[in-house]
Amino acid sequence: MAPQRSTVAAAAPWVAAAAVLILAIVSIFIGVADVDFRALWSDPESRQIFLQSRLPRTFAIILAGSALAVAGLIMQHLARNRFVAPSTAGTVDAAALGLLAVTILAPGTAIMGKIAIACVFALAGTALFIALIQRVQFKDVVYVPLIGIVLGGVYAAIGEFFAYRTNLTQTMSVWMNGDFSGIIQGRYETLWLAGGVAVLAYVFANWFTAAGMGRDFATNIGVNFRLAMAGGLTIAALVTAVVVTTVGAIPFLGLIVPNIVTMMLGDNLRRVLPTTALLGAALVLVCDIVGRVVIFPYEIAVGVIVGTLGSAVFLAMILRRSNRYANA
Amino acid sequence: MITIDSLTKAYDTTTVVDHVSLQLPDAGVTSLIGPNGAGKSTLLSMVSRILGADAGSVSVEGLDVFHAPSKDVAKKLSILRQDAHTTARITVQELVEFGRYPHSRGRLTPECRAAVAEALQYCDLVELADRPIHQLSGGQRQRAYVAMVLAQDTRYVLLDEPLNNLDMVHATGLMQLLRRLADEKGKSIVLVLHDVNYASVYSDRIIAMRHGAVVHDGPPETVITEHALGEVYDMEFSVHTLNGDRIAAYFR
Repeated sequence: MAPQRSTVAAAAPWVAAAAVLILAIVSIFIGVADVDFRALWSDPESRQIFLQSRLPRTFAIILAGSALAVAGLIMQHLARNRFVAPSTAGTVDAAALGLLAVTILAPGTAIMGKIAIACVFALAGTALFIALIQRVQFKDVVYVPLIGIVLGGVYAAIGEFFAYRTNLTQTMSVWMNGDFSGIIQGRYETLWLAGGVAVLAYVFANWFTAAGMGRDFATNIGVNFRLAMAGGLTIAALVTAVVVTTVGAIPFLGLIVPNIVTMMLGDNLRRVLPTTALLGAALVLVCDIVGRVVIFPYEIAVGVIVGTLGSAVFLAMILRRSNRYANA
Repeated sequence: MITIDSLTKAYDTTTVVDHVSLQLPDAGVTSLIGPNGAGKSTLLSMVSRILGADAGSVSVEGLDVFHAPSKDVAKKLSILRQDAHTTARITVQELVEFGRYPHSRGRLTPECRAAVAEALQYCDLVELADRPIHQLSGGQRQRAYVAMVLAQDTRYVLLDEPLNNLDMVHATGLMQLLRRLADEKGKSIVLVLHDVNYASVYSDRIIAMRHGAVVHDGPPETVITEHALGEVYDMEFSVHTLNGDRIAAYFR
């Protein structure tokens, strides 16, 4: 079984990259307006649709999908629990709460300012979750994400209270439900920040693997455990904040993709991170294509589709975790 | 030389380690023994900077363990604690490669690869190199961790109760491996042991602790005696010489 495993490991990123490339091409050519590839250079209208709508949308999907998957992978490691991800640790709800706060209190804030505030809230919300799970002894690892979901519910309830009083409930639901249909040139570029942060995560991947092995393990090899923890959670919070602000939350993506990849390839972050990022992009591309095709020419938001798929996988994970996941 | 000066740790009102001053040698096997709660593991954790001290200092070859950069300390001493639970699914090879982290910051040099290969060879793990560590038996996993600190290539190797959960076969195998590390590679092995007879047979020096203080310190001939052990553990021992080793019996 050993040689098989390393062959799979070597091939996985390339297979995933090919899938992303093919899906990206498919994604570019699906839409209400017909874009004729051969006419791109001669037909200004085709070119405009291609450059201002199709290409940005595809980039946005790839960036958001890969960054969220990476955020989930890091959180799963640092919390040493396979069920922990932005959507099961209160991170998403805290980011939305921060976004709501800045929208109510300082509506004129520029997009980067909004992202910064959302990031601070996401980080604080996640830190509270981590502090909670470190203080409480759990009989069963599955209680950990349940605590996170409850905590997220509390953040969401606080948000809804204020959103209701300020007529922002609809805006709030936009943040909570990822949708790429509004993406045009000039409206997605902040996602490159998330992509950049995901690359940064790759640079420090060994830190996070070491921290995931435990405090003593990290200390022994000279890795600052607290710094690795803080850095990793900041990366996850920033990615979540950017995605929630720009396209809205894509629930469970950060949960299912890292689980599928680490189940096949193991937990060495440096090795699994590229595949995780690519598979995250591929999954969102597929879900976005499905969302655009099933009720053509209308669209189903990608958040709904990934959320449906993701919650089903999450439930399946809980039900069949019998031995593989049971030891945290 | 590791110099421990007046090291102290207290939790609430109980002092777990009480002004302990010691010097740990450059080579050989040194065992820490003593009843539960004597402060052995706490002492080892402080010496390896995993736990902060309330007072006192530790220096490894002149390097202040608590204040020097952690990665510099990681080149001089390594610590293995009984891993409560590692869920990470990484292979033996990957685990051993982590031992090179203080030297290469994650980018393995040819020198690193040679050290990893040698460590795997030395600990008889070549065939298991691609196996995930969670699939190994307790003895194999313990050996994999030892290979990791071997690849880390520190003069001082500290082990906190490494024989926990190992059967006789694996416990003896591990002690033989540690003894070889001391004899062939000139390492200084410092370990916490519960079994006084393993300490007696494999150590050059035994440090016995009780109530947070060192009560006996010396070669097995002076510590594995009916009188000294009786004092440390508060129970009766009879010590016999078997094939040149001092064996303590305490079963009745």
